[in-house]
Amino acid sequence: MDNSYYDPKDLKKFGNITEWQPKLGEKFFDYYGEVFKEGALTAREKSLIALAVSHAVHCPYCIDAYTSDSLKKGADEEQMMEAIHVAAAIKSGAVLVHGVQMMNKADDITM
Amino acid sequence: MKSEVNTVNNNISSLAQAKPLASPAVQIDFLNSDDLIKFETKLESSALYPLVSSDIDIFQVNLGKMCNQVCKHCHVDAGPDRKEIMTKETMQLCLDALDSCNISTVDLTGGAPEMNPNFRWFIEELSQRGKHIIVRCNLTIILANNKYHDLPDFFAKHKVEVVSSLPHFSAKRTDSQRGKGVFEKSIEALQMLNAIGYGKADSELRLNLVYNPSGAFLPDDQKGLENEFKRRLKNNFDIDFNELFAITNLPISRFLEYLVDTEKYEDYMQELIDAYNPEAAKGVMCRNTISIGWDGFLYDCDFNQMLDLKVNTASQHIRDFNAEDLHSREIIVNQHCFGCTAGSGSSCGGTTT
Repeated sequence: MDNSYYDPKDLKKFGNITEWQPKLGEKFFDYYGEVFKEGALTAREKSLIALAVSHAVHCPYCIDAYTSDSLKKGADEEQMMEAIHVAAAIKSGAVLVHGVQMMNKADDITM
Repeated sequence: MKSEVNTVNNNISSLAQAKPLASPAVQIDFLNSDDLIKFETKLESSALYPLVSSDIDIFQVNLGKMCNQVCKHCHVDAGPDRKEIMTKETMQLCLDALDSCNISTVDLTGGAPEMNPNFRWFIEELSQRGKHIIVRCNLTIILANNKYHDLPDFFAKHKVEVVSSLPHFSAKRTDSQRGKGVFEKSIEALQMLNAIGYGKADSELRLNLVYNPSGAFLPDDQKGLENEFKRRLKNNFDIDFNELFAITNLPISRFLEYLVDTEKYEDYMQELIDAYNPEAAKGVMCRNTISIGWDGFLYDCDFNQMLDLKVNTASQHIRDFNAEDLHSREIIVNQHCFGCTAGSGSSCGGTTT
């Protein structure tokens, strides 16, 4: 093992997870492939969503993969950064909306 | 991280900078200096080796390496300092060759082909012969000098199909590949072409754009990119065009330098190899194209031309042109050919599958 939890080369080995559990792994990758096909949303829109979610879940492999994929699909830098702002807004909103709970609790226990 | 190497001396060719990879022989050596699977082996695995040509449909003429731009990915290593220009005598030999056969499409490229002093004469001669003429116009040439401002009208008069590079609908991405200010001038030139009917749905004047990735990655689905380009160019600049051709960057000349300088060469080659598609290999453009260099020598394609890999026939010059001799010739292949067989395939007309 290297002295790091993350190695960029491991991204290409993602498919290897099927080696230890073929049935579930294959089902996952079939599903994964189906999700990203052109549908009601374009493949480029899905890639931008994936890019935003990658940041929200702090996945460096996913950020690597979907930065490349978004560029390949013709997204520009502005669109990519806007996608991340959407993730950031939801993350920060999710923190701040709990402020209401804090306010409710504070109201409840104070005179 | 971006390499400093690519940010210096970007107004002259690699040849003028005496860069080693400006030499075709050095490029060929470099492309064969690793342990990667050979293109011939891949072709053999698809029962396509040796790759053999069919009838010639496209007569592609490189009118010279002079260009008003110095693009970072240019496979020609073109630029203002390049003086290799096709003479009128060689153009006449091209016309004689065309008169001896029934090839209907003539594709003119460069450099900026419009900078050849006999460009208009050549177009007029081709037009008189009823040829379908394609000009690979870099757009900015139209605005580069007063003498080029009427090019859109000249193109329209001869019903020239205009094929123009626009790597992206964002200024940042286009300028990073083609030079500062290129995007703005390209947009203005596209609007000039649109104004006289080019690229409009009800017009016979065809305007096609060429997309190539602005980095070390393969182009994605051509139709998806075309839809996005159409939407963004229409919304942002009221520009219309007919088709988008997605072209893969081949690992030669300046793009090869970029790959080497940024240490992306091996990964990029492996990506091309992994994406090898036998269907794309069947449809490679060299099978129905003949490429003529500025000095009249014949090649299987413009990329082979830049690598100085001449056709594998007894006569290799336009003065000895014989369409029959060129039929069923063995195409000269090398490692750069992986660029045309990756994914959906790549040609001067976009994907091939």
